[in-house]
Amino acid sequence: MKQISRPVRKKDAFALLTGKPVYTADIFQQDALTVRLLRSPHAFADITGIDTSAALKVPGVACVLTWRDVPDIRFTIAGQAVPEWSPYDRKLLDSTVRYVGDPVAIVAAETPAAADKALKLIRVTYRVKEPLLDARAALDNPILVHPESDWRTVADFGADAKRNLCAHEIDRVGDAEAKLKECAYVAEGTYHTGQVSQCFMEPYTTGAYTDSFGRMTVVSSTQIPFHVRRIVSTALQIPLRNVRVIKPRVGGGFGAKQTAVSEIYAAAAAKATGRPCMLQYTRQEIFEAGSPRHEMEITVRVGADSEGHILAIDHRVLSNTGAYGEHGPTTIQLSGRQPTSIYRYAKDIYFEGTVVYTNTVPAGAYRGFGVTQGAFAVESTVNELARQIGIDPIEIRRINLLREGDVMGIYDNGEVTESCRFIDCLNRADELFGWKENAKRRVMPDGMIRAGGIAAAMQGSGIAFVDTATATVRLVEDGSYILEIGAADMGTGCDTILAQIAAEALGCSVDRVHTAAVDTDHSPYDTGSYASSTTYVTGNAVVKACAALKAKILTAAGALLGPDAGEMTLDGSGVSAGGRTVSLREISLHTQSGQSVMLQATESHSGKVSPPPFIVSMAEIELDPGTGRVRVTRLVNVIDCGTVINTALARVQAEGAAMQALGMALTERAAVGENGRLHEHSLLTYGMPTRLDIPEITVDFCPSYEETGPFGAKSIGEVAINATAPAITEAVYNASGIRVHSLPVNPENLI
Amino acid sequence: MNITFVLNGKTVHAETAPDENLLSVLRRCGVMSVKCSCDTANCGCCTVWVNGKPTLSCAYPAPRADGQEITTLEALTEEAESFAAYMADEGADQCGFCNPGFVMNVLAMKRELTDFTEENVRTYLAGNLCRCTGFASQHRAVAAWLKNTGREAAEV
Ligand code: FES
Ligand code: FES
Repeated sequence: MKQISRPVRKKDAFALLTGKPVYTADIFQQDALTVRLLRSPHAFADITGIDTSAALKVPGVACVLTWRDVPDIRFTIAGQAVPEWSPYDRKLLDSTVRYVGDPVAIVAAETPAAADKALKLIRVTYRVKEPLLDARAALDNPILVHPESDWRTVADFGADAKRNLCAHEIDRVGDAEAKLKECAYVAEGTYHTGQVSQCFMEPYTTGAYTDSFGRMTVVSSTQIPFHVRRIVSTALQIPLRNVRVIKPRVGGGFGAKQTAVSEIYAAAAAKATGRPCMLQYTRQEIFEAGSPRHEMEITVRVGADSEGHILAIDHRVLSNTGAYGEHGPTTIQLSGRQPTSIYRYAKDIYFEGTVVYTNTVPAGAYRGFGVTQGAFAVESTVNELARQIGIDPIEIRRINLLREGDVMGIYDNGEVTESCRFIDCLNRADELFGWKENAKRRVMPDGMIRAGGIAAAMQGSGIAFVDTATATVRLVEDGSYILEIGAADMGTGCDTILAQIAAEALGCSVDRVHTAAVDTDHSPYDTGSYASSTTYVTGNAVVKACAALKAKILTAAGALLGPDAGEMTLDGSGVSAGGRTVSLREISLHTQSGQSVMLQATESHSGKVSPPPFIVSMAEIELDPGTGRVRVTRLVNVIDCGTVINTALARVQAEGAAMQALGMALTERAAVGENGRLHEHSLLTYGMPTRLDIPEITVDFCPSYEETGPFGAKSIGEVAINATAPAITEAVYNASGIRVHSLPVNPENLI
Repeated sequence: MNITFVLNGKTVHAETAPDENLLSVLRRCGVMSVKCSCDTANCGCCTVWVNGKPTLSCAYPAPRADGQEITTLEALTEEAESFAAYMADEGADQCGFCNPGFVMNVLAMKRELTDFTEENVRTYLAGNLCRCTGFASQHRAVAAWLKNTGREAAEV
């Protein structure tokens, strides 16, 4: 039986569903000190004095750390391979605070109550400065967010702190300006997306302690165990060899935990006190000092000839990275490259991205990683263009979307797509949605207006030439396998998916493969679970490791079966040849006594391409013309993610992403107020969709076969979020005649 | 202050303070299925039963638990497993952080509701947020489980 392309229960399903203690806060020492952070109430200020004496007198307080007590070094907490593609602009604690929520002091105490009391007793005097809050005004503003002389970068991404510039990026092919002049039609628009929160349910949580060998052990809810090891080592100035990171079950990440948001503080407290310390963020802290999506303002021009061939795109993105630059220089690249590269005749593309610092919450990674913002702008403009030309928005995509063998615009220097069923996705969505009837504006008997909209998008599968994964697989003597990976299952099910890939490669059933969760002391290196890399990059490492192990098993079996055994085959029970079978148990036991053979293999993989998955999204909305309220009634998302490894989990990934996109389109907002404080900083006010908001949702797949992927797979997690918001706003346009330029949709504008 | 309550069938004594919520007391008692996610009574991750009624333990003052009967998922493993199978088949467990609170509410719903229409089910479970699944798979699982345990919508 095939182990892939079918639904397989997640290996941890029953533990999760019956509430077993599996997350960081459940398993970490319960007598650990409680860590709390004192945070800045000001958007921009210099700390002129901190008096911790009263706080230290609170019974049960073990330490109060300020900027004077921690290493004086700048680094980044972005989880990225070296050289890190984010500025070194952050200290563990600094004497300048740059946003409301910037940590000022770390407190560790015997009880939460003692820690809270100590926080209140720390006396800080600030020299409050005028903050820079508007990203549009940031470049070359006299207010400098990072005037300090030790700000630096270790890679060239066009940053210049003296201009509030975190990154500057230009990608181009052909001459977009000249081509736009030749175009019969040009649509133009400026679009804005806000700083939305991932809303992972398990708060940032880290426990840290010094083990019996004097090494710092960090147990954390993270997507990036190996990067956390390096970041903690740097931040605390302890040798890397003395840091160990353990990742238990993770209660959601969506990119937020691709930044070491909480780890450094818990580790600093553990180092200072010599005691186990645990830090868990409140939801308010997650909003005010998490790592939300970059706010972007995007101006797009798209030109087409009279037949509707999209020929040129000019795409300019302003991204607000907030007070620190985590993932600023990389999200900007994706905001331009993917969204502009899905149209096959567009040979003239200009993309310019500018990332600026402001005194607002530092942004970071969120599923889609810039593509989501860019696609909202480009897809809205393409829909606008279709109106101008007078063709159906579905037809402009039928004409223009990539086909297999096409060069992909400015994506990865003009990579060619070798696995692409974009048009099949479009046709399938057409059929499932009933585009012709349901895209139309209809006034319902109750006065509500219904209409449909469409958009398309792509992502990538890992970062070519960067993301590196390693897998170790070994046979144990009951005939099962242990699979060790460094990729971090954050709830997506990769521990199960990778076990399926191993089982398929080894010819056994998936319950014979046990996936070991990450511990940097034991797991093989992996850059981490981000950039849609786990199935594709780590999956490939698993395939390679299994092939290597299989060869070893066959050699060992050959010794038992004798030289004349003939051709050997491996399956779940053992190795057979010439009518004889030796069981995996026999083979394993044989190598455990008097042999110098280890039935274990470790292989690495790094991709030379990043084959994109594709999505076509259609949305039907219902507009209440009286109130302007928009409700999504139906969503159809059809995806080409290559071979679907786990059909149930892939579907749920796509459904979850669609609801995040729906939230971003209609309700989710965390707006910055005049003083730099967020207006919305709780799940009460933020507007995350509930189950009362779910539309009828249909997810389907048109799997191409990606030759470079594990059994033909690409990626699914991120692409699924990219096209739904512009499909919804196109439906809103269809219903109301009003083009939404800023998310979330404001009902007042639709009356 | 000291409180005494029945936790999953056993009498327990706990030290608490007037401003402490039941959630922290329960976790201090080693009951780890009860999760904190929002601290504002909006996510449902901390759902327990107080005298059989689903209750947000983050918004329930611990002193009020004195003399009450508290049930958490730890006491309902068998029943939870019967539902868990449907969730696992759908892949609706995902990160799992919302699962315990959700399952507590689903099990309460099965006891409390009489007419299991999609709308009634959604309304009953509205307070349980989940970011991973987008909810749809949870409802497929609930519907299949209710159907196979003879609890269908009256009108269907
Ligand atoms: S933690 Fe109680 S409802 Fe969210
Ligand atoms: S499964 Fe992750 S929040 Fe529900």
